[in-house]
Amino acid sequence: MLAFQILIDGFAISALYALGATGFTLIFGVSGVLNLSHGAIMVLAAVAAWAGASMLHMNTYEGALLGVVVALVAAFATYFAVVQPIQRSRRIPNEEKEIFVLTGTLLWGIMIQELIAYFFTNNAKTVLPIVEGVMDIFGVRTPRNEIFTAVVCCLVIGLLWALVNRTRTGKAVLAASMNPRGVTLLGLELTNIYIVVWAIYGILAGIAGVLLGMFLGVSSYSVGPLTASAFSIVVLGGLGSVSGSLIAAFVVGYLETLTAYLVSPAYRTIPALLLLVIVMYIRPQGLLGRR
Amino acid sequence: MKRKSSPPIMRSVRGLIGGTVLGLLTLAAGQASAADAIKIGVIAEAQAIAGASIPQAAQLAADEINAKGGVDGRKIEIVTYDNHSSSADSVRAFQRAVNEDKVNIVIASYISEVVLALEPWAARLKTPFITPGAASNEISKSVHNDYEKNKYTFHGYLTSAALALSVCDAAKELLVEQKHMKTAVIMSEDAAWTKPLDVGYEECLPKIGLKVLDHIRFSPDTTDFTPIFNKIEGAKPDVIITGISHVGVQPTVQWKNQQVPIPMFGISSQATNSTFAKDTNDAAEGVLFQAVSGPDVPVTPKSLPFTQAFKAKFGNFPSYAGYTSYDEVYYIADAVKRAGSTDADKLVAALEKTDWVGTIGRVQFYGKEDQFTHSIKYGKGLITGLMLQWQDGKQVAVWPAEVAKGQLKFPSFIKVTSN
Repeated sequence: MLAFQILIDGFAISALYALGATGFTLIFGVSGVLNLSHGAIMVLAAVAAWAGASMLHMNTYEGALLGVVVALVAAFATYFAVVQPIQRSRRIPNEEKEIFVLTGTLLWGIMIQELIAYFFTNNAKTVLPIVEGVMDIFGVRTPRNEIFTAVVCCLVIGLLWALVNRTRTGKAVLAASMNPRGVTLLGLELTNIYIVVWAIYGILAGIAGVLLGMFLGVSSYSVGPLTASAFSIVVLGGLGSVSGSLIAAFVVGYLETLTAYLVSPAYRTIPALLLLVIVMYIRPQGLLGRR
Repeated sequence: MKRKSSPPIMRSVRGLIGGTVLGLLTLAAGQASAADAIKIGVIAEAQAIAGASIPQAAQLAADEINAKGGVDGRKIEIVTYDNHSSSADSVRAFQRAVNEDKVNIVIASYISEVVLALEPWAARLKTPFITPGAASNEISKSVHNDYEKNKYTFHGYLTSAALALSVCDAAKELLVEQKHMKTAVIMSEDAAWTKPLDVGYEECLPKIGLKVLDHIRFSPDTTDFTPIFNKIEGAKPDVIITGISHVGVQPTVQWKNQQVPIPMFGISSQATNSTFAKDTNDAAEGVLFQAVSGPDVPVTPKSLPFTQAFKAKFGNFPSYAGYTSYDEVYYIADAVKRAGSTDADKLVAALEKTDWVGTIGRVQFYGKEDQFTHSIKYGKGLITGLMLQWQDGKQVAVWPAEVAKGQLKFPSFIKVTSN
């Protein structure tokens, strides 16, 4: 009974972590950008979906769509207003650009967080689930919304896989993540590939944010922990490796669930962080990292 | 012909002199108006629903008092500061309020950690200070333990010990006598205010006939409450006794989504907000929460006129800390009138003799010899608190009987067997 409970609850949360971390790692893999405004964009998506439903009287589907669109816009804003100007700047030495991007996106995230708190208060919001009610799986009373979350996460990740491996654009993205210089030599415009990647990122972060809002709820306080959790999953899996992030997401998700059930909900995140430290010692490139 | 301009150094000197003169003028003007107005600094969490009502309610009270001519002809001026829910920001705001804005007294914060950080500053800067919403016992215990130093701090809300008593008094009638419940699990967040609350619960619940089966404390950062509810359900209690404030929306929504068949009863600060139903997409239905006031509850003849005036002015009902903050401005005005001065020590002495019927009941403070010095007194005829329940999107008073507007009512997934 308890085993099934852990298996089911752990799966939903892991799938959500995986979806959140995938876009984050994809951007790093392709353009070398660590986007520290990640948590803010996810929260923005959830708050937009909530506001759509409760203030603009949209139905749940329209609200969810609004959330994803807002995340997409925010992702482009991050790229065009923060990342691209730093990357193109002649006054910032090339070797310092990464640290400028880190700082820039971090501050951008804080700005979004404060704006959310200013306009929507820092109290938590929850998005009305698309499917309601509960069902019985192996004697575990499971909310249908939890199953819905897991299914959508798996579907979206599957679609992403198909996009990257089966379409021409996807292949270009994959190639850019392996060797950016080679891609430009083939006559592809690197900036266009970046725009595609940021669009994919925006959609993934938006869906993850809206699902998170339905499953657990978010507040402006969630921004930091969400960025940190995506960051640690991605580092654990190997920076830039999508499959590494997927494995790491499930490792972290299940480790947290096991701790919450078997030890105490108060220590939920500690073992995963310890694991991260251990992996850093014995395998600094992460589980499936290339560099 | 070229115009001769003065050398840059002369320009800066001139600017400096001009600036100083201007500064002196402002300072003089500031002192003149400080002698006229009674200045109350209000430091609060403007971004949180509970905190946002604090400066609004204070301003409302000040406007009402000023419209009637003020206190002996002196107007009340409210100076507000947003503390971003941070202790460090609050301390800086307190220093600024006292040293630069020359306030006579400060009303600050609903968060115990913040209030405990401000208490030594009230002592150092010898400025009276009242909290409208923090609960930790330590606030008033510190006043008791070192009266001469900490006498500037007043606790304008119930202590955690009193809150636990209020919950137990309500549980005795509603749960034990009406519903014949026998067992409970305590579920509380790990924070300064819940430590004494839990001690209070552990002590009073068995006395009223509710056996405590388990006691779960969780981190206020918790987002996934599934394991917590599963653990509670495993213990098979009749009721969950809550002690939550930093969290509220998330556990409530997950309680409903997972259809946890056990009612929640106790302190749930966020449930006192009138927006709670909207924030939880109506998952709040059936949640029982302790409060000192409610939008439709005439605790005293002053309660309803205040909520209506507040709603008319700000568009929403006040949070629990709004009621206390409103009352505080009134009894500060009363104390200034009785003291005939805004001198800190005279004001403290006058506040200690407060006997004011406000919106939440009759406010008096415990004395120097009592355990909770300078905290508001709990008890019948003073302040007892209420128990409210979210029913059909509204906060309905269900206890005490004198003000109750309805009976207990639960959503269909809740199993309350005995009737």
